[in-house]
Amino acid sequence: MAGNIRRKPHKIQIFKEIGTRAFSLTAIMSFVTLLGVWSLLSYTHAVNSTFLPAPHEVLIELFTLLGTGDYWHHIGISIFRVSSGFLLACLIGIPLGILAGTFKYGEAFIEPPMEFIRYMPAVAFIPLIMVWAGIGEWAKILLIFIGCFFQLVLMVADITRRVPHDLLHASFTLGAGRLKAIETVLIPAIRPQLMHTLRLILGWAWTYLVVAELVAVNSGLGYAIMKAQRFLNTDQIFVGIIVIGLLGLISDRIFAFLNRRWFPWA
Amino acid sequence: MSAELSLRETYTEVGDAPSTYTNGQIEIRGLHKTYETKNKSFTALENIDLNIKENEFLTIIGPSGCGKSTLLRIVAGLDEATGGELTLDNEPIVGPGAERGMVFQGYTLFPWLTVRENIEYGPKLKGIPTLERRGISNRFLKIIRLESFAKSYPKELSGGMKQRVAIARALANQPKVLLMDEPFGALDAQTKLEMQEMLLDVWEREKTTVLFITHDIDEAIFLSQRIVVMGANPGRILKQFEVKLPEKRTANIREHRAFLELKHEIVGLLQH
Repeated sequence: MAGNIRRKPHKIQIFKEIGTRAFSLTAIMSFVTLLGVWSLLSYTHAVNSTFLPAPHEVLIELFTLLGTGDYWHHIGISIFRVSSGFLLACLIGIPLGILAGTFKYGEAFIEPPMEFIRYMPAVAFIPLIMVWAGIGEWAKILLIFIGCFFQLVLMVADITRRVPHDLLHASFTLGAGRLKAIETVLIPAIRPQLMHTLRLILGWAWTYLVVAELVAVNSGLGYAIMKAQRFLNTDQIFVGIIVIGLLGLISDRIFAFLNRRWFPWA
Repeated sequence: MSAELSLRETYTEVGDAPSTYTNGQIEIRGLHKTYETKNKSFTALENIDLNIKENEFLTIIGPSGCGKSTLLRIVAGLDEATGGELTLDNEPIVGPGAERGMVFQGYTLFPWLTVRENIEYGPKLKGIPTLERRGISNRFLKIIRLESFAKSYPKELSGGMKQRVAIARALANQPKVLLMDEPFGALDAQTKLEMQEMLLDVWEREKTTVLFITHDIDEAIFLSQRIVVMGANPGRILKQFEVKLPEKRTANIREHRAFLELKHEIVGLLQH
């Protein structure tokens, strides 16, 4: 071992923080690589443009479509469906989850059926939903609800259970009863994690939206994608996917922002 | 902040401790705690008899596994005894309650509340009006010398500061008894000494019964009027000591002959 030779430590270390600049640059690189592969495949005609439109074509199509009122209508109705199904799942799922996480009786009553149902693919419910709710708005909202609800309940229950018991005990020794402890300790304590979970679930809601709109509809982004496929307008399929991705990203950023804004203590 | 604060300070002078603390006398008679597992039963506490007097500072010391924390949790009402009697001012203790405040070893401040809101948590539950609550929190912020951190969240505080707030939070609720479960166990040596002096200072002001758990002999002698030494397997009381040191404790009391003799005796007892 030659002690006088000092080598520089490797730049890439396990779990080692890198600066914001390095992080953003690497992230941009990642997108550039993606775009590069896409360009390479399309501009060299390695893949037929019917199947893989060139980036600029998609961009032009994006702005053309966004210039039409029709497309905004699709976007609007899709957002409406996602938020309705998602909010409905939250409205029922969050209280149930808290109940299941707080009391063992609640857990015993609520969780086993949820565990059972959540392994059933939401998509498999489509025929049943059509029988029950027809093909109207409720059918789409119901599918998104089914896709989100059961997971949400289980996740909320889990978050609730993980609230440190000492916090609860502290509130008891300060005079809180059971209901006060739920109100002033459990619910405040789970909020940041809950927002995190909602963010995740909202992502799934968008996935189920597309599934819901692939069947028997005449509006929405999923429908727009299906219609484009029928006429082999691959560029429009790309636009649809990108728009959904952007909407998901925007809602995700809003959640992240609200989380920092509302819970600076976390 | 100054105008608002100074106005309130007129009726929140540090000296005027409320005289509403009543009694706080604990009686423990033949207390048992056994844990039943599949084919074994484990005796955590066996036949504990102990009286804690009004406004007394009593410390329980013992090796890990002697059941001292279990005993404290039973007094707090967070754990149930399997036998024996337990009363506070002749009323049987059933479940936790505001008259028995507790400071835990881990950090249990509510992270979503500011320092001030944490201190006001108990009074708020009691329905004390906002202005009066302000007075209470102002007084305790001053006592623990964290006035400038009133609006900070717990995550911005050091370990010692957090425990100071935890003590203030418990005392702001005017408990008859303050239960402390190795509250300074996680702190570094220097901070620990500062905290001990602060605790005595607060106790002298507030005059409440304190039941303190520790495994640190120096800490026990420095703080207490009486020390109860417990042994393990099964958890039981080995011996009690009156601490015959001046009421006013300062740092150099640790070199006092009575201090060292008592320490020597307890060390010997715990080595068995």
